[in-house]
Amino acid sequence: MLSDTLPLAATANAAAHEGYEAVYSRPATLLSTPMHYCPGCSHSLVHKLLMEVIAEMGIQEHTIGIAPVGCSVFAYEYMDIDMQEAAHGRACAVATAVKRLMPDRYVFTYQGDGDLAAIGIAETIHAVNRGENFLIVFINNAVYGMTSGQMAPTTLSGMKTTTSPCGRSEALTGSPLKIAEMMAQLPGTWYVTRQMVANANAVRRTKKALRHALEAQQLQKGTCLVEILANCPSNWKMTPVESMKFVEETMTQTFPLGDLKLEGRLCK
Amino acid sequence: MKGNEALAEAAIRAGCDAYFGYPITPQSEVLEYLAREMPRYGRLVMQAESEVASINMLYGAAGAGFRVMTSSSSPGFSLMQEGISYMAGAELPCLLVNVNRAGPGLGTIQPGQGDYFQATKGGGHGDYRLLVLAPASVQEMADFVFLGFTLAEKYRNPVLILSDGAIGQMMEKVVFDQAPVPDIPKPWATVGKPAHRSRNYITSLHIQPEQMEQHNLRLLEKYKAMQEEVRFEEIATADADYLLVAYGLSGRIAHKAVDVARHRGLRVGLLRPITLYPFPERRLAQLARQVQGMLTIELNSGQMLEDVRLAVNGRVPVRHLGRLGGMLPTPDDIVHELENILEVQHA
Repeated sequence: MLSDTLPLAATANAAAHEGYEAVYSRPATLLSTPMHYCPGCSHSLVHKLLMEVIAEMGIQEHTIGIAPVGCSVFAYEYMDIDMQEAAHGRACAVATAVKRLMPDRYVFTYQGDGDLAAIGIAETIHAVNRGENFLIVFINNAVYGMTSGQMAPTTLSGMKTTTSPCGRSEALTGSPLKIAEMMAQLPGTWYVTRQMVANANAVRRTKKALRHALEAQQLQKGTCLVEILANCPSNWKMTPVESMKFVEETMTQTFPLGDLKLEGRLCK
Repeated sequence: MKGNEALAEAAIRAGCDAYFGYPITPQSEVLEYLAREMPRYGRLVMQAESEVASINMLYGAAGAGFRVMTSSSSPGFSLMQEGISYMAGAELPCLLVNVNRAGPGLGTIQPGQGDYFQATKGGGHGDYRLLVLAPASVQEMADFVFLGFTLAEKYRNPVLILSDGAIGQMMEKVVFDQAPVPDIPKPWATVGKPAHRSRNYITSLHIQPEQMEQHNLRLLEKYKAMQEEVRFEEIATADADYLLVAYGLSGRIAHKAVDVARHRGLRVGLLRPITLYPFPERRLAQLARQVQGMLTIELNSGQMLEDVRLAVNGRVPVRHLGRLGGMLPTPDDIVHELENILEVQHA
């Protein structure tokens, strides 16, 4: 039974309706604060997966999260763990200090593509190159979401955004930055994978990847990076269903899914 | 010991848990000394990839409740300003050190005091203040580390030691007999949320204007409370009818100038601000009723001058004598200037 293995939040509705039982709920590590994310956004789903893993591993008391600047700047409003909100792009520097000073804690950063891949690329590369023992959850939705849809380093070639109105030009702005591939090349990484949450199977695989990455922190072997292809229906001007389909059919062509590095070894 | 080394040794003795820094002349001895000595005590010292990374490592470590320090010199310290603003906003205690060199831009590696405005008026974006200590000797480089950590943790606010290339590089005798820094509990630190308390989070974000204003007002109350920490030194002010105002390295030179001027029969005194924020404005206002004028000696084009003028509020003329670009005035330069001023005033 699900409720035997998963610590569930108060199931008020189930209690109110005798004879019913809750079979699906939020984990106890996720607060009941209504999320500010747009309908259909991947952030809320990834928040839940990450918090489920932390609840299932029983590490709520030993986990410190670092929130970025971007749509998930308010992650600490939803995650019921100790957190720090970092300056734009600097989450990996903040996490470095927290983990180095408290090596027995689980530490993760949660960052978007503008935060990690543009302004914060230096802090990211150097943290990974030092093999810092924390998890980087990298949400790649190919745009700046919070500032309403400007071009990101991961914007697909030819993709229209508010700052690339005729489509991203490689001649002017380069090609989509493949963060997972870049980071896998550095000796500091232990586990690098790219996942998505566009269908039920993919959600299960993403959760498994997050759990694998957090468990690996006990080994003290290096940085784990889980890149998650995410949608942005509001800024892509699509319905949530259309946007999930776009992730699955179009984004994955530029950003192929799967493990890039396992146990410190490049895959393939 | 060198000023920079005395400061580094004091950091270890004051219980600094972690230091993050990046090399830059004329303060690299701090990082070098700590890289050599700190690991022996099981403390963390890291050379970051930039000053931007250093200050954000400091943010993370301070947010987790550790006693932390960084140091840099003018161009590098400019790079830290965003992070310092975040730390002031998130109310994180830390000790910052700027071994001031002459600018703007890359400038030169010789001593300067051109960062006075940056140090005392906030420096980064937004409405905040740092507590600023200005050492004038190697002994004070060591003493102010203890004082700095104490004040930072008392007020949950970044404290800045504003030194300069000469104080950092000069060698003098130094005594380590400072009182230990009290350990104040930090129940707000992010160390992992036990079941019995609600989560801790470190942030400078208050998106609702009503809440942001409340936060600003609370910070303002704190800055008001900090005014009682004002510190300064007075030399020969009891019977002075003219006052020099100078801090740090220029404070030392001005002290010598007072000796020379007194020898020539000029009744000159010196007020040396030790805290640049809070500024000794009340004492200066009192002295403005006693003296016929004031002269600030600064290694800049007249920055503290503005604060002295605000303090005396037009009661007496306040003039400025400065050298720039890493050049220093001599005591004779100052006395010569004093003689000219007093001659003109008597004529």
